Amino acid sequence: MLNELGHFALVLALAVALVQTVVPLIGAHNRWPGWMAVAEPAANAQLLLVGFAFAALTHGFVTSDFSLKLVTENSHSLKPMLYKVTGVWGNHEGSMLLWILILALFGASAAWFGQALPPTLRARVIAVQGSIGLAFLAFLLFTSNPFLRLAVPPLDGGDLNPLLQDPGLAFHPPFLYLGYVGLSMAFSFAVAALIEGRVDAAWGRWVRPWTLAAWVFLTIGIALGSWWAYYELGWGGFWFWDPVENASFMPWLIAAALLHSAVVVEKRESLKAWTVLLAITAFGFSLIGAFITRSGIITSVHAFATDPERGVFLLAITALFMGGALTLFAARAEALSSRGVFSLLSRESMLVLNNILLAVAAFVVFIGTIWPLVSELLFDRKLSVGAPFFDMAFTPFFVLLGLVLPLGALLPWKRAKLARPVRLLIPACVLALAVLALTFAIQTGRSALAPVGLMLGTWLVAGAAADLWARTGTSGAARLLRLQRSDYGRATAHAGLGVTIIGIAGMLAWQSEDIRVMQEGDSVTLAGYTLSLDGVERVQGPNYISTTGSFALSRGTRTIATLYPEKRFYPVARMPTTEAAIDNGILRDIYVVIGDPQEGGGWAVRSYVKPLANWIWGGAILMAIGGALSLSDRRYRVAAGARKVPDAVAAE
Amino acid sequence: MTGGLRQGLRTIAGAAHPAVLALLVATSAHAVQPDEILPDPALEQRARDLSKGLRCLVCRNENIDDSNADLARDLRLLVRERLVAGDTDEEVLDFITDRYGEYVLLTPRTGGSNWLLWAAGPAMLVAGLGIGAVFIRRRTRATEAGLSAEEEERLRQILDR
Repeated sequence: MLNELGHFALVLALAVALVQTVVPLIGAHNRWPGWMAVAEPAANAQLLLVGFAFAALTHGFVTSDFSLKLVTENSHSLKPMLYKVTGVWGNHEGSMLLWILILALFGASAAWFGQALPPTLRARVIAVQGSIGLAFLAFLLFTSNPFLRLAVPPLDGGDLNPLLQDPGLAFHPPFLYLGYVGLSMAFSFAVAALIEGRVDAAWGRWVRPWTLAAWVFLTIGIALGSWWAYYELGWGGFWFWDPVENASFMPWLIAAALLHSAVVVEKRESLKAWTVLLAITAFGFSLIGAFITRSGIITSVHAFATDPERGVFLLAITALFMGGALTLFAARAEALSSRGVFSLLSRESMLVLNNILLAVAAFVVFIGTIWPLVSELLFDRKLSVGAPFFDMAFTPFFVLLGLVLPLGALLPWKRAKLARPVRLLIPACVLALAVLALTFAIQTGRSALAPVGLMLGTWLVAGAAADLWARTGTSGAARLLRLQRSDYGRATAHAGLGVTIIGIAGMLAWQSEDIRVMQEGDSVTLAGYTLSLDGVERVQGPNYISTTGSFALSRGTRTIATLYPEKRFYPVARMPTTEAAIDNGILRDIYVVIGDPQEGGGWAVRSYVKPLANWIWGGAILMAIGGALSLSDRRYRVAAGARKVPDAVAAE
Repeated sequence: MTGGLRQGLRTIAGAAHPAVLALLVATSAHAVQPDEILPDPALEQRARDLSKGLRCLVCRNENIDDSNADLARDLRLLVRERLVAGDTDEEVLDFITDRYGEYVLLTPRTGGSNWLLWAAGPAMLVAGLGIGAVFIRRRTRATEAGLSAEEEERLRQILDR
């Protein structure tokens, strides 16, 4: 019964989305307040209906209702409760419903927090948001209905993929979707502004918090996914340049560019057309991401044939929204002329450079991701584009970005003189060069990766400190406490980027590895650490059987920890997983994986020392915190507008 | 089995297709095995580096060094065999490409239509810098218009609301 009600709620939501799209748009066009006012209740009703459908589906999973096809395929009665709940979005249909729920949530938030917006803009933003909901609800109902029943329910289900039964991955999709879908707000604002024919400082200020929130969620989502890959896949890789990862990385890059260009619109009334274009593209990449992950066209051309309907539907949605928005953009481009005047040496110019580098970096990822497809279709050449290409083609742009970032953050608006920023950055520069020299000296005969990475990271972190120091002006340290939160946010996020770069460079350049057969009682020495296998036993888990090794980790005579790597087997899914045991540290991780029993006795054991590994995710956390700090700044609150701008334009 | 692992990775974005899940059935090999490792560390290092640039043909976008598939193991052994026989890195890659096609290379070659791929990034950067330079030049020469009285009023209304 509840399932049918959930299904019915989705159909109602589709009808409400249609009203939410059409009525406010007509109302805004004709300035009819009554019609425009439909937007808010429609957005709220939409959220309630989709929320109810989501709750109904969750109920199906929690109670293991195997009359639902989706539950049968993706759940099992013995699964721990946490994974019954997260199993709701561990599959195509349920994750699409989550996507739509978040879409409705953002639409409703625009209604709640958008009281300060001009009524026509507000009505149009909510209407555009409704149109996206309309498209995806149609997609869900016509191609991926989660509420399909089975005529003969089985006694038990097929279980969720064991790899997904993990806390890191359980919460990865919701964050990622909050990011992907959050960018729909930037899109809706862009399209609404194009319909209005007006993009001004106020618009830049409204669109920024939404983009910032989406970017923060994307950062957390990507970091969670990367962290999960690190500890779960069994060899400690954290990024594979896989099409699916790229699908989340491209919107992240474009959102980062959009954040920075929206500042220029807000404070200097420049870069308007470009910012609107970025807002459209950012969501475009989210849509392309959905298409890539759900059609299977890129990873395997054949997977497309298994479900052409979904792929074609998503491609049509992408084409419709991108085509429509870009056509509108072309028609209204002349209304978006820039106003602010600035010289070559100014923060505006540096932000233009930032945008060029981020956009080109995203473009490189994009072309690398789709090239196998293009090459096969156009040149009849079947080839692969893998991690080595991306490492080579992408990294230089980020190195350039990192080099200019601290200077850009310190330059004043409009017209700058180099003397002051350069003076402020001298300590950071000296420190970075010292790190370069030191790193170069202590590592023998290896690549430039570590020296360059550590130098760049130090430069960014020290540059962020210089940035904060510069804001204190002449009044010194006492003023540090009274700085705007957005100043702290900016410095924290920039420092976070530096920390992540240090982590990536350190881990990739200095990791050491050992692969061998170990008997009980054997020990291995790796990079100064000793690891001995004390014993191996079989353990019965709630829905798996585990082979657990017990390793004593020591350095010299000092015992550091006992590590328990596992190899699990999930009988229902008939699938093994490896659970690495990791001794986390600030400067290094010790990472142990136990493999198969060998014919001559003993087990295959892989052990790694991974220097600076945790800095990668630590930096990501700092970036997210920086974004959140900035978001919490009074001036950028989502509902901002209650207060006058104290110094928004006066930074000269 | 790593085919399975990477399927899981792909499922990150939420799209586990039943047909895909069917592929997850266990095999029990596990990336580079202790018995594969060459006694000569220098040669072994070259083998590892080469393996990282070769695609496991039955997996999805995974190199043979990380892969647990049996075919990946065969390829790893082949790479080591060629190295022991005295091939240079290029000769090993040519040997494998001749048999498995260009698809096996994770670093696409620069020849032929692929110059488009390799040149795309730098070309975009040059184009972007060019457009950016023109834009900035125009901005430096323009004169500040400032807000009109009407706009000032509108801004005040919005900010005071």
